[in-house]
Amino acid sequence: MGWAWFHRFGSPPWIYGFSRRWAPWFGGLAALGILVALYGGLVLAPADYQQKDAFRIVYVHAPSAMLSLAIYATMAIAAAVGLIWRIKVAHAAAAACAPIGAWFTAVTLGTGMLWGKPMWGTYWAWDPRLTSELVLLFLYFGYMGLRAAIEDPQKADKASAVLAVVGVVNVPIIRFSVDWWNSLHQPATRLLGESDMDWAMKWPLLLMFLAFMLYFGAVMLVRLRAELLRRERNASWVREVLRG
Amino acid sequence: MKTGPLQAAFLVSQRDLRLAFRQPSQLIQPLLFFMIVATLFPLTLTPELSRLRDAAPGVLWVGALLSSLLALEFLFRDDAMDGTLEQFALSGQSLTWMLFAKTCTHWLLTGLPLALAAPIAALALGVAPAAIGAVVASLLLGSFAMSLVGAISAGLTLGARRGGVLLSLLTLPLAVPILVFGSDATQRAMMGGDIAPPMYLLAAIAVLGVTLAPLAAAAAVRIGLE
Amino acid sequence: MDEFFAMSGYAEYVWPSLALAVGALLLNVWLARRAVALAERDARRRLETTS
Repeated sequence: MGWAWFHRFGSPPWIYGFSRRWAPWFGGLAALGILVALYGGLVLAPADYQQKDAFRIVYVHAPSAMLSLAIYATMAIAAAVGLIWRIKVAHAAAAACAPIGAWFTAVTLGTGMLWGKPMWGTYWAWDPRLTSELVLLFLYFGYMGLRAAIEDPQKADKASAVLAVVGVVNVPIIRFSVDWWNSLHQPATRLLGESDMDWAMKWPLLLMFLAFMLYFGAVMLVRLRAELLRRERNASWVREVLRG
Repeated sequence: MKTGPLQAAFLVSQRDLRLAFRQPSQLIQPLLFFMIVATLFPLTLTPELSRLRDAAPGVLWVGALLSSLLALEFLFRDDAMDGTLEQFALSGQSLTWMLFAKTCTHWLLTGLPLALAAPIAALALGVAPAAIGAVVASLLLGSFAMSLVGAISAGLTLGARRGGVLLSLLTLPLAVPILVFGSDATQRAMMGGDIAPPMYLLAAIAVLGVTLAPLAAAAAVRIGLE
Repeated sequence: MDEFFAMSGYAEYVWPSLALAVGALLLNVWLARRAVALAERDARRRLETTS
């Protein structure tokens, strides 16, 4: 068992081909999953006892929140790999993650506000979870801003990588903030294992999580292609790929 | 005789102090800025002390943050422009220690005076004299933590054009916990409550900063100098 | 059907949330594809001028 498979991930032309081939499949599966989950969550699932139909916002809010964190973590890991082992593909992957993660964070905040108004009576509260999610959005903006401000692409890759790694401390803070502080935001509902959520309500949520992850994979792979093209200026594989 | 990292750091610190005192006007600016910010709030909000008091923790800490951001501009800038930072990186000495020394010296020149001058602003905003001690203590810790965090963003923006605004944008997310706990400590002191929990958290952030920030800043500076 | 759209009175919160989420998902697909298209166009131009 050699390291050949690992080296393939570091090879831009291989990743480019992989993305071209598999991104549509990831995307198709994601779309299917999202539609089924939406049907399950909006139509099939019974209304919540206390929140009635307002709780249905969870089907987009919770998966977006999870993804906003997961994408940042992915970005930070890719950035660290790029810094430590100097792998260009890793830096390209980190760059590809950022805008997607920022959007998920924005959706989390937006849907959260729309859920908060009817439930808590206010669009916003400066409680730890909301505040640290907002901070996450600023971190994404800072990351993208730093990349844009540095002209040398290699320096931009490395500097933003340091920022991504430094900012990763925010992720566990968001995740555990509801446990550490008395918060307006409700504590996390345990999804796997023992939980007081009805299965009919639970399965669309689990499916939506999965579908969102597949979606992220698809979109990230597509953006990765753009990032790779930008970095590999005159490589011969680029010529091949543009022809075909 | 080989110079150790601590010695090199100390020399850097001495140099910075000497240079700073040649241009004392540069030292006064962040302090003046803080005073101006603290004055602007009563001007724009309300002259009623009882109402100002409610806003006092926020005003003090936002003012301290803004003043810090202003001061961060000259943490590395002059040395980066005249090539000294490059010399530090090439010297074979520990860049981490040297940047730590620079950060500490910078705090002594900007954060410390701010914390000591804060009572004037605090009293003007209606903070009770009994709470002033806590205000100063929390600002001492908080401004130190902010200098450490700011060193990272200052290092990252070395290679960026128009880095000033970007520097603020990058420092803000990392400074939020400091702001939150610092103003909480001030708030509690004003209510006569226990300031220990937020102070411990501020201290924890400062300790984390001391151990990690110089490393990250050194990495950032090296990248910027390539 | 009306009951479904009314969402037990919370319609003004539920539907905009869904619209926001779905809209962002679609937008990101569009933005990503546009990014590749632009990058391919730039790469083609560069290859033309250098080869």
